[in-house]
Amino acid sequence: MLADFWGAEFVPLTLPPLVIATLAALTCALPGNFLILRRQAMLGDAMSHVVLPGIVAAYLLTGSAATPVMLAGAMAAAALSALMIEGIRRLAGTDAGVAMGITFTTLFAAGVLLLEQSGASSVHLDVEHALYGNLEGLIWFDATGWASLLDPVALAGLPPEVAGLALVLTIVAGAMWLVWRPLVMSTFDEGFARTVGIPVTLLSAGLVGLTALAAVAAFSAVGSILTIAMLICPPATARLMTDNLPAQVRLSLIFAVASAILGTLIAGYLPPLIGLPGTVSASGMIAVVSGSFLALAAVLGPHRRPRSA
Amino acid sequence: MVDPIPLTAEPALAIRDLRVSYGANPVLDGVTASLARGAMTAIIGPNGAGKSTLLKAALGLIPTTGGTALAFGKPVAQALPRIAYVPQRAAVDWDFPARALDVVLMGMYRRTGLLSRIGKAETAAAMDCLSRLGMADFATRQIGALSGGQQQRVFLARALAQGAELYLLDEPFAGVDAATEAAIVTLLKALRDEGRSIIAVHHDLSTVSAYFDRVLLLNRRTIAEGPVASTFRQEAVARTYGNQIATAIPA
Repeated sequence: MLADFWGAEFVPLTLPPLVIATLAALTCALPGNFLILRRQAMLGDAMSHVVLPGIVAAYLLTGSAATPVMLAGAMAAAALSALMIEGIRRLAGTDAGVAMGITFTTLFAAGVLLLEQSGASSVHLDVEHALYGNLEGLIWFDATGWASLLDPVALAGLPPEVAGLALVLTIVAGAMWLVWRPLVMSTFDEGFARTVGIPVTLLSAGLVGLTALAAVAAFSAVGSILTIAMLICPPATARLMTDNLPAQVRLSLIFAVASAILGTLIAGYLPPLIGLPGTVSASGMIAVVSGSFLALAAVLGPHRRPRSA
Repeated sequence: MVDPIPLTAEPALAIRDLRVSYGANPVLDGVTASLARGAMTAIIGPNGAGKSTLLKAALGLIPTTGGTALAFGKPVAQALPRIAYVPQRAAVDWDFPARALDVVLMGMYRRTGLLSRIGKAETAAAMDCLSRLGMADFATRQIGALSGGQQQRVFLARALAQGAELYLLDEPFAGVDAATEAAIVTLLKALRDEGRSIIAVHHDLSTVSAYFDRVLLLNRRTIAEGPVASTFRQEAVARTYGNQIATAIPA
C-alpha cells in the first residue's frame, strides 16, 4: 500500500486532483470571507449554480469547450442572475433571499435541462460531472513519477485546469490584496465608506464578479453543487476561531487546503484500506471534511457568540 | 486649524427643496434649510419626520427625487473630503471582526489612500483620537466586546480622525450612558469652538438648550430653523410634533 502511495501511481493519478482541489479551495475561500461577513453566503450559492447554464449555453453557442469560452459564459450568466435578482426584488418587492432562491434554482434547472436535451452531454459535459465535479478524471498521463515534475515535456501534459486555476487564484488574490482596505470598510460600514469616496457599488459588483470567477474555477474540480462548500465552509470555520480579520482570512486558507488535501486523500485511499471496493467521490469527501471542520469549530471554537438579534 | 469664517461665508450645509420618497410615500417633502457654519445645530422632529433621511439624502447616500444640497457652497459630492459622517450606531454589525483602533483608522482612508498601508504615524494619530474620547485603553479591544456607549465613542473617534470641517451625526446620544454623552458633548463643543460645524439628529428635547446653538425643526418639511433661544419654543415644537408634547418648553 505505501509503495503504491509513493510509487509511480501517485504522481499521475493523485497529485493532479490534489493540486487542483487545493487551488480551487484557496480561490473560493478568499471571496468567501467577505460573503459571510456581508451575510451573502446565499449569493455564493447562487453564483456557483448559475455557472452551469452559463457554461452549457456558451458551449452550445460556440461549440467550444475552451476555458476562456466557458469563463465568458459563466460570467455572463452571473451578470444575468444579478440583474434577475435585483429585478425580482424590485418588481415583486420580495427580500433578497427569496429573489436569489428563485433565480438560481430556475437558472440551474434550465442549465440541467439544456445539458440533457442538447448534444453537449455526449460530447464534453456530462450531467454528473457538472453537478459533482470530476476531480478523479483529471489525470496527468505524461507523468511517470516524481522526476516528471522537472521534465518540461511531461509538464506540458498537465491537465489544463492546473494552469487555469493557478491563473484565477493569482487574479483573485491580487484583486483582494489591492482593494483590501476599501473592501473591509464598505463591508463594515457602507454609508461611511461612501462618504470617504469609496466606490461601494463597484466593490460589491467586483466581489460578485470574483465570486463568480472562483465558482467557475472550482466548477471543473468539484462541480456546481459542492462549490458552495469551498466558498463558505473554510471562512465560516475561521470566523469561529478568531475575531481578527487578517487572521480569519489566513486561517480560512489553511482550512481550505486541509479540507482539499484530506478530502482527496481519504476519498482515494481510505475505502481500499478498510476493505471497501473502489473509491468515493473526492469532491464529496472534501465537502464532508470542510463541514466536519465547521462542526468542530462550532462546538469548540473560541469565538462563538450567540447572535444578539 | 480651520480658516476664520469670512463675513460672506457660505452656510455649512444649504439644502434646497430636497425630496425623498420611499415608494409612493414622501419622506422629505421639499425640505429647505440653511445650516450655519461654526455652530452646533440639532435636527429635531418626531419619529418618521425624515431626520436620518435628511442627512443621508444630503450626503447622496440614498436617491432623491428632487432638490439640491450644498456644503460650503459646493455640491456635497465635491465637498465630501471636508465632511465627517457618523451613522447611527445600529446601522453596522458590531460583531464584525475588528478592533476599536481598526475602526478609527478607517477615518484616515482619504489620507492613506488605496495603496499606501497604515504606518506608525497613522496609528499614533488614531490613538490620539481614541484618547480624546477616553478610549485609549480599549484600542485593541474587539468592537463587539464594547458597550453601546464605548462603540459610539469609537465612531466619534473615527470622525475625529477624518479631520473634517463639518460633522453630520445621526443620533450620537442614542442608547449611550451618561459618561459617554458628556464626553461626546465636550468633544463636539471643542470642535465647534475651533470653528467647525456640527449637525446632529437629536431626540432628547430636554437637552437641546444645553447642548446646541441652533435647531432645525423637521417634520417632512422644515417647520422652523434658527437659534435655539428664539426657535426652540413651545408653539413651533408643538407644530413639529403635532401638539403631542409641549409642556417642558418655554412658551
